[in-house]
Amino acid sequence: MKELVVLSGKGGTGKTSLTAAFASIAESSVLCDADVDAADLHLLMDPDVRERTDFMGGNIAKIVAEKCTMCGQCIDLCRFDAIRDDFVVDKIDCEGCGVCVDLCPEHAIDFPVVKCGEWYISDTRFGAMVHARLGIAEENSGKLVTLVRQEAKKMAEKKHMELIITDGPPGVGCPVIASVGGATALLVVTEPTVSGHHDMLRLLELAAHFKVPCMVCVNKFDLNVEQTTAIEMLAAEKGIPFVGKIPFDPAFVKSMVVGKTILEYRQEGELSSTIKKIWERIREHL
Amino acid sequence: MIISVASGKGGTGKTTVATNMAVSLGAGVRLLDCDVEEPNAHLFVSPVIEQSETVFTAVPEIDKDKCTLCRKCSDICRFNVIAIAGKTILTFPELCHSCGGCIAVCPEEGAITEVGRELGLLEQGVFDAGDFVHGRMRIGEAMSPPLIKKVRERIKPDQINIIDAPPGTSCPVITAMKDTDFVLMVTEPTPFGLHDLKLAVEAVKLLGIPHGLVINRSDMGNDDVWQYARTENLPILMEIPFDRAIAEAYSRGRLMVESMPEWKGKFQELFRRIEKLSKAWENRN
Ligand code: SF4
Ligand code: SF4
Ligand code: SF4
Ligand code: SF4
Repeated sequence: MKELVVLSGKGGTGKTSLTAAFASIAESSVLCDADVDAADLHLLMDPDVRERTDFMGGNIAKIVAEKCTMCGQCIDLCRFDAIRDDFVVDKIDCEGCGVCVDLCPEHAIDFPVVKCGEWYISDTRFGAMVHARLGIAEENSGKLVTLVRQEAKKMAEKKHMELIITDGPPGVGCPVIASVGGATALLVVTEPTVSGHHDMLRLLELAAHFKVPCMVCVNKFDLNVEQTTAIEMLAAEKGIPFVGKIPFDPAFVKSMVVGKTILEYRQEGELSSTIKKIWERIREHL
Repeated sequence: MIISVASGKGGTGKTTVATNMAVSLGAGVRLLDCDVEEPNAHLFVSPVIEQSETVFTAVPEIDKDKCTLCRKCSDICRFNVIAIAGKTILTFPELCHSCGGCIAVCPEEGAITEVGRELGLLEQGVFDAGDFVHGRMRIGEAMSPPLIKKVRERIKPDQINIIDAPPGTSCPVITAMKDTDFVLMVTEPTPFGLHDLKLAVEAVKLLGIPHGLVINRSDMGNDDVWQYARTENLPILMEIPFDRAIAEAYSRGRLMVESMPEWKGKFQELFRRIEKLSKAWENRN
């Protein structure tokens, strides 16, 4: 079984729209939304949720006022300044390290495990999809990413699917690191801007660090043709397959507004044949 | 005054708004790029970096000669950093959250010392409108909040501080927005933009910070975001239409106010409206 993880470094390059387009033409695949912090793929996939499970992320300290003698030790110990002077723990600041819990002389601190989000197994018009929603202001996005990827894998095994297409998170931090481990290949969707170029370089460095092969494609390439050429040359230099470029087209936004993938919205024409060709090249490299 | 510029969804124009507003104000601004995973503001304001330091977070190092393998440290550690198997003790410093629990419980003097794990680079310098600070997270480092906190330590409350926040609604953006005076949210009128904006608004409400909206590429998409703003009583402070010239200037790392100076006044007006709203909020509380 193979897994393609679609990433972009920078947000807004069209990563999710392209992931959805590929899902609409890929045969025998399971779809996975690993952008758990701002998941958008479901807006195009209209998933029919079959299973909903709570994501129990981590623990949070809670001081039991009746037992607390206000000795102040916990405040001194907490390196995250999460305990206020009135001996109440700030839920947002608490890192869940449990140090205060273990070291309170009165055993006055509870440490309940808290729900940090939900994850779902759904049916879509293009097959099964595993996705999630991380709670607002929550931590542990990496853990949830690992979880949805594992579930997508189980689903693919169960349904004898040979490919998982994963929509990854932006950036290069914890959720991205959780997305790349064990992937067959990464597709980096970038745009021909100084920011797109800069962020792509950081992502390629990350991929090299974790030794995962990459491919690159440029979206909205005609906004800056020189920058596109620079990205193509850079890919060639690094021996990274350049799988294609897509022009800027307002049809992407229009298809999003009607909740369709770009290939459903534009079944014929140059744009759709370009995207299909990119998909063929990706398949060759997987 | 501390303004954070956030967005929920990435790529909506957060950096564009933060940098153009900063430059439009002309002087006395402190621009802090807290999107440490993918810092981009420097590409647009070309700061002269005057000071650069590598920042670290504390992780344990165990002296095997002094350790008695009592397991107290591995028991308290909630992040599986310390493993004891037979007569060996192992650490996985990249998982460490620097809570200090292990060192607090170790009964053997000197068995655990704290050493540094590199988080990344903290750089400071100057640009046309004032001071510039950003963090560049080391590639391979997973945790951005500690570096974001380091960038935030450079805030000067008596100046106008503009924070370019990371995307999303989880710990990195919360760390960047917390205790700021105003959150300026930048969105685009698309289903993705609106969906992520709603999450970001929930996060800002949780933090209890006054906020307002900039709608970028305002003529590409549908009207749902205006409707949402109305029902939520969310002030729309600025609208930027899609303009190929803006997109092309952006692609070259140029500021809007450089190629289209008529925007300067609009960004100054944006700042005045933010100031007014945050004062009104202060008076109300
Ligand atoms: S350490 Fe325990 S008893 Fe002391 S202030 Fe904290 S909660 Fe209260
Ligand atoms: S669990 Fe850790 S972070 Fe939370 S309040 Fe206790 S010491 Fe602070
Ligand atoms: S500092 Fe905290 S997280 Fe790091 S090893 Fe020690 S107990 Fe574990
Ligand atoms: S607490 Fe100290 S002595 Fe005990 S196992 Fe850990 S390092 Fe060794």
